Parts: sequence; C-alpha cells; structure tokens
Amino acid sequence: MEEFSFANQLFQYLITGLTVGSVYAMVAIGFNIIYNVTEIINLAQGEFVMLGGLIMVFLHAVAGLPLILAFPITVILVTLVGMLLDRLAIRPIRQPSVLTLIIATIAASIIIKGTAMFIWGKDPFDLPAFSGRTPINFLGAVIQPQYFWVIGFLIVTVILLTLFFEKTIIGKAMSACADNPDAASLMGINVKWMILLSFSLSAAIGAVAGITVTPISLMEYDRGAMLAIKGFGAVVLGGLGSFPGAILGGLILGTIESFGAGLISSGYKDAFALIVLLAVLFFRPSGLLGSVEISKIKRF
Amino acid sequence: MLRIRKLPIIGFALFIIVFPWIAGTIPAIGNYPDLMIFAGIYCLITIGLSLLMGYAGQISLGQAAFYGIGAYVSAILTVHFGLSPWFCMVIGMLIASAVAVLVGVPSLKLRGHYLAMATLAFGIIVFIVFNEEIEWTGGPDGISGIPGLSLFGFEFDTVLKYYYLVWFLVFAAFIFTINVIQSRSGRALRAIHISEAASSAMGVNVSRFKIMVFVYSAILASLAGSLYAHYLNFINPSTFDLFFSIKLLIMIALGGMHEVWGAIVGAFLVTFLSFEWLHFFEEFEVIVYGIILLLVTIFLPHGLVGIPGIVKGWFRR
Repeated sequence: MEEFSFANQLFQYLITGLTVGSVYAMVAIGFNIIYNVTEIINLAQGEFVMLGGLIMVFLHAVAGLPLILAFPITVILVTLVGMLLDRLAIRPIRQPSVLTLIIATIAASIIIKGTAMFIWGKDPFDLPAFSGRTPINFLGAVIQPQYFWVIGFLIVTVILLTLFFEKTIIGKAMSACADNPDAASLMGINVKWMILLSFSLSAAIGAVAGITVTPISLMEYDRGAMLAIKGFGAVVLGGLGSFPGAILGGLILGTIESFGAGLISSGYKDAFALIVLLAVLFFRPSGLLGSVEISKIKRF
Repeated sequence: MLRIRKLPIIGFALFIIVFPWIAGTIPAIGNYPDLMIFAGIYCLITIGLSLLMGYAGQISLGQAAFYGIGAYVSAILTVHFGLSPWFCMVIGMLIASAVAVLVGVPSLKLRGHYLAMATLAFGIIVFIVFNEEIEWTGGPDGISGIPGLSLFGFEFDTVLKYYYLVWFLVFAAFIFTINVIQSRSGRALRAIHISEAASSAMGVNVSRFKIMVFVYSAILASLAGSLYAHYLNFINPSTFDLFFSIKLLIMIALGGMHEVWGAIVGAFLVTFLSFEWLHFFEEFEVIVYGIILLLVTIFLPHGLVGIPGIVKGWFRR
C-alpha cells in the first residue's frame, strides 16, 4: 500500500509538472517568436504572463465580465502592451547590441512590474477556475480541471501558430524575416511591421499563459522575472529558436521542477530550473533540438 | 586616451577628504557622509563591473551574488567561528574568486544573451542558497551581531573613520584599475571587446583575459560585501537579490560603462537617488529606475560621462 501511494505521488508530480511546464512552454514560444524575427531575447516576456493574469482578474473577478468576453479583451490589452514595448523600448535604440537590447528589455520589465504594483498592489490575486474546482481522481492522482485548460491551451496555441507560420502569407513573411531580414526586406516585406507583429504575438501568448495559470497558482505583480528566466531555461533546453524545442524544454523543465520540489526540497523549487539552465548552457548550449550551425550565423 | 590624467583624480581625492567637514557644517546634508560610505561600497563593485562590461564587453547580471558571498563569508566566519574580520575579508575574496573561476570558465565561453542569462541564473541560485541554508545564514532573518573593524587597536567605530577606510580602498581599486586599463592587458581587453576573433589572431589569450577580469570584478564585489557587513553589523538576503544586480547595471549604464569614471558617477547618483531623492516615490521608485535606464539606453549610450564628448561634437560641427 505504501509503495502504491508513492507511485500515485509520483504521478501527481508528473501531472503538476506538465501543467507548470505548459506555462513555461508558452513563455518559451514567446521568446522564440521574438528571437526568430529580431534576435532579441525579450526579458520582459514574463511580464506579459503577469499582466495577462492580473488584467483577467480585474475584468472577470472585479468588473464581472463573463469569462468568454474577459478572455479576449485581456489578450488584446496585453498585446497592446507588447506593441508599446516594441515602439517605445526597442525601436528607438539607434545602435542595437546584445548589451543595449538586454538592458532595454530589463528596463521595460521593471517599468511594467512597478506599474503593476502601482495598480494592483502587492497581494496575490485569485481567479475562479474556468470549470470549477472539483478535483478529478485519475489513477490515484488528484487533478484540478484547470490543469486540462492549461495543457489544452498550449496545444491550441501550438496548432494555431503552426497554421499561421505555414499557411498564411504574413506567417511566411515572418519566417522569411527570421531567415534573413535583408533579403526579406528586398522582397518587399516590411521588416518593422514584422517585428511589431512578433512582439504582439508573443505578448498575446504570454497573456494566454497568465490567464490560464492564475486559477492554479494565483498571480502577483512580481512573478514576471522568474517566469521569464524559467521560460528562457526552457528555450535553451530545447534549443534557441526551435518551436518543438520550446515545448519539449518547457515540459521537461516543469517536470524536473515538480519532482525536485516534491522529492528533494521545496525551498529550492526555483533553483532546479536554474541549475538545469546553467547545466545546459555549460555542456550543450545548442540545446536538445537546436543546431550549432545555425547559432553560429546569428548576429548576436 | 592612453594617458592617465592625474588632475581629476587628485581633485576628486581632495573632495572626498574635505567632504565630511563641509557636510558637517550644513545640517541639511549632515547624513551625507553615511551615504557616501554606501556610495563608496557600490563604487568598488561598479569599478570591477565597468572593467568587465565596458572594457571587456562581457555581461554579468549576477554581480550581487559576489557581493553577497563577501558579506556572508565575513558574517558567518566572524559570528559562528569568531575569526578576525580582516582574515575573513581575505577568505571571502578567495572564495569569491574560486566561485568566479568555477562559473566563469564555462560561462565566458558563451556569448551575448547566453552569458547574461547564465550569470542571471547564477545570481538567483546564490540568493536562494542565502535564504534556504538557515543553519548558517539565518535564512530570511539574516545574521546580526557582526563585529566592526579595527586595526592594531584602532577601532573603525564612527561614520567618519569608516568613511575614510572605505574611500581609501575605493581609491586603491580605482588607481589599480586605471593602471590596468592603460597597460598591455587593458589594450588586450579593449581588443576583445571589439573582436574576439581578431584579438585572438593577434596572440591575445582571450579566455584567460576574460576570466581574469571576471575574477577581479568578483574580488572587488566580495570586498564591498565584507565592508557592508562590518559596517551595518547585520545582513539579510534581500540586500543581494536580483534587483540589486539590476541596480548595479543601472549605475554603470547611467554613469557610462566605457569609462571607469562612469562607474563612480553612476554609483554616486544611484546611491543618492535610492537613499535620498526618490524617497517620495517609496517603493514605486522601481518605475523611475526603469525609465532612467530606458532613457539612458536610448539617448545616452555612453552614459553621463559621455555628455562632454557629445557637446564637443556639436562644437566641432
């Protein structure tokens, strides 16, 4: 009996890990979309998730808008923040270098974080779960219905993005910018628009991640930085720029974190993802699915 | 460019020497010598950081970790083991350099974003260790009762005495750093910043130089941490969090990271901003910092010390 419940516990950790990992995967996809078009690592990526959660709390739980309405409005508002980030912090930089771009996104992220503290204060906020909180018992593990929403939205996001990049002309134009911005520009693609679009898209995905995870883990103003660095961990683990890598990296990272917190030490919960990040950077910087050749031709 | 201009340094030294007397006569700035101690402590860190980021072009977002290592080694060894503070300070610097080598050797092979993120992750891990190893670090409550400093029976027990001690060390570090920059090694560092491949082709051992600068910046940060611990007699982890690393970044970006003077200007300004001038904003000062950092990045890529150059450029036109 003892052994059986231990197995149940492991299964529980796995499910929790995959759910958290889905959030990291969405953050990682956001990183990759911007990176692929601009070669910028947007350290404000986590702030989109935080804003998604908190704006949703305001619209749904405070202002009383129905879920179906509050969800798209939140995504649109966060997307606007993403556009502002590009217009106000990235585009004005005249001599872009890794250093200035990293500093600019850090500056943007602390401005967003400070503004969120100004608006919402320091307390964490809860959001009603999309389909109640009656847990489902499955193979001895207790699963919140919201877990399925998080994983489900990751799947929906991936499908929509794949369709966007492979079937639509704008998506193809974005991929062209990722391959070679100069050539893309010669083909009549407006690279500036594509950069704006990449910031909008990844802000929107961040918002979705924030909205879906808030009913599970609550949300407060200072969650962004840690989400960003763990999302980056997922990016690096999977291979910078690779979408399948981002998903794989996110899920693995979430699972490692969940098992580490459960079996080794809950105090070091946040450290596990970072140790994985360092280990990958030190021993295999190209990640699981990344390519060394591609990383060599990148500007930064 | 390669000539050391002695006059500004001497002028600055005189200013530092007489400043406490001036401050003593004006009640409104009577607490400034105390703030200047913190400014000096931050200067030590930013001098190393400007050599690392401005000259060698390597990004560190984890410098708070070395500051914390210095402070915690000093605190733990003096409080738990009763060792001499000076000895602990040296041990702190040795441990910080060992950690810098361990982290630096693999990290500095990385470029750009990867290096920034590796040092960022390292900084957060160290911060978590400070919080979790409660038996040694006291966890979030920190360590109190850290002894002050004394030398041959002379106690650095007043603000004024500590002020001169800190600033003596800042000047030592400053002059040493300037000499490094003017030397062969300094030229090698600037070459690395411009092109690693080209400098390596000219016979510069790129990775060795990068490690040496990283270790040097870690040693200065650790020294600063020890000075902080022995001055306040109390430390807790929140001093060494991610935001402090970002604050250091603001200091050198604001002052200008391509000149060591910039590190000093930046450390001064941010110290006075955070302890005095931004009190009005309370915890929302973070927004002001963000805006300053963004504006400097966009409009003053060479920081405040770059302004004379810009003005000169106008006249030349």
